[in-house]
Amino acid sequence: MAGLSYDQGPVLAAPLRLFTLAPLFLMLAAVAAIGPGHDWSQGRWSPDALALTHLLTLGYLGAAMQGALLQMLPVMLGAPLRWAGGLSWCGLLGLATGAPLLAAGLRWGEPALLSAALVALALAWLPFLAGLAGALLRTPSGGAAAWAMRMAGLALLATVLSGLALAGGLAGHWPLPDLPRLVDLHAGWGLFGWITLLVVGVAYRVVPMLQLTPAYPRRLQVALVCLLVAGLLAWSLADELVWLRAPALAAGGGGGLLFAAVTLYLQRRRRRRLADVTLDFWRLGLVALVLAALLYLALAWLPATLRGAVEVSLGVLFLLGFAASLVNGMLYKIVPFLAWFHLHGQGAARAGGLPNMHEMIAEAAMRRHFRLHLVAVAWLTPAPFLPAWAAAPGLLALAWSGHELWCNLRAARARFLVHGGRLG
Amino acid sequence: MNEITEYLTEEHEHCDSLFAAAENAVGEGDWALAGERFAAFQDDTLRHFEHEEAVLFPEFEACTGMAAGPTMVMRDEHVQMCDAMEGMATALAGRDARAYLGLSETLLMLMRQHNLKEEQILYPMADRALPDGAALVARMAAA
Repeated sequence: MAGLSYDQGPVLAAPLRLFTLAPLFLMLAAVAAIGPGHDWSQGRWSPDALALTHLLTLGYLGAAMQGALLQMLPVMLGAPLRWAGGLSWCGLLGLATGAPLLAAGLRWGEPALLSAALVALALAWLPFLAGLAGALLRTPSGGAAAWAMRMAGLALLATVLSGLALAGGLAGHWPLPDLPRLVDLHAGWGLFGWITLLVVGVAYRVVPMLQLTPAYPRRLQVALVCLLVAGLLAWSLADELVWLRAPALAAGGGGGLLFAAVTLYLQRRRRRRLADVTLDFWRLGLVALVLAALLYLALAWLPATLRGAVEVSLGVLFLLGFAASLVNGMLYKIVPFLAWFHLHGQGAARAGGLPNMHEMIAEAAMRRHFRLHLVAVAWLTPAPFLPAWAAAPGLLALAWSGHELWCNLRAARARFLVHGGRLG
Repeated sequence: MNEITEYLTEEHEHCDSLFAAAENAVGEGDWALAGERFAAFQDDTLRHFEHEEAVLFPEFEACTGMAAGPTMVMRDEHVQMCDAMEGMATALAGRDARAYLGLSETLLMLMRQHNLKEEQILYPMADRALPDGAALVARMAAA
């Protein structure tokens, strides 16, 4: 029953240090991609594209998702992660050093950097995986949300192990027999497995909870998780069993489209009619997912000359448009609420005397962040089809949006401290 | 066998609807309607707390021997929600939409994570642990 008590959940510092780390990677990614000589938009295999992808996935999404799971698993599944404080420090140190080291190692092909990244990222992820596995196995909660998260956890395990194997192999510590195949599996399990299944599992609980929508229909919840898992498995085996390619494509793309369509439909039927920046981030994310799924389905019919650029657009839509939008939206619910909740719990004042959630982070500042993020996604998605210099305004918007998010999270932290809150 | 979960989850749903209706009225600046809807929300939410604290929790504690466990956490969270509702009532009286909406956002998070924990964990436990769920539901309905 530990999950019922916030007293047994992590102290505010544990998720907050990861949340405030995350936006620094948006700024770093944008700054690293600006300037002449960068070829990130020319194909997903380019060293620049590999470096940027990992700054976004490991740095931004990794830090934010670790922080969110430390905080949300107790509420969502009644299963806290044990040693949350230690896991948070491992995540902070491992990701803060490992993501830039890996990006630099991939960009310049430098074995020493890759070796150092391997150690740092093992520190960031292996203890976290052990804690996550314990929580997901212990949870008393059943249903599709718990299963989606268990599958997401397995996909994360596969992603992390294949990633460590790749980093060590590229650093020259062991041979890599089939590099392109391992890279594909690593990316597929990370993007379609970990990120998509985690978002689906979280959405089953969080969308009705925060937006007062009807619940996702039960049968659809189960069917969607089965479809996505089946699609991922089929896709993983499609090199050996060619006949699985079409069903894998249909299940992956169709699953994404189905999830986005149902969620947008439920959000239209929400009982709460107020403007809400989190809702706007979610809608943007879901529209980006629809576009990404359509591009993914179209890939099979596109001429080879267009594929490289389309794959990069797909990556921008999926990572920045879909995943980062949803994470941004969630941060604007989680962080102000936690700041209020811990202040209240620490007896700083009665509810009326505390800053409420809207006062923790100003609505106008969150809106400004939303608009900058929207500009970055809209500008960078077609960038692979434009001259390299044309991406600069989109990258500036991305850097600025990261800065805006960082300032907003720091503002909530400052208000928490001003009102006598204790972080640890 | 899920009588308690179904009955109390239904009460959560009902209170959520009243909460949203009151908030929507504040958002539209219709203070008279907001006042009526908020009063209905507050009354029914307090009645729901009463059902739990006067009927369900004592039975649960007696049956499981967990007097200082989950029910204590839930009682603490009821106090937090009452504090937030008092703040909203003050904001409503002063027609301060900004204060009301900031507090209602806070209450929504508090209320929904509280409800989720009850619906996912506590109520199913109560359904399993208590011998006659239907009789308990009848007592709550009559209270």
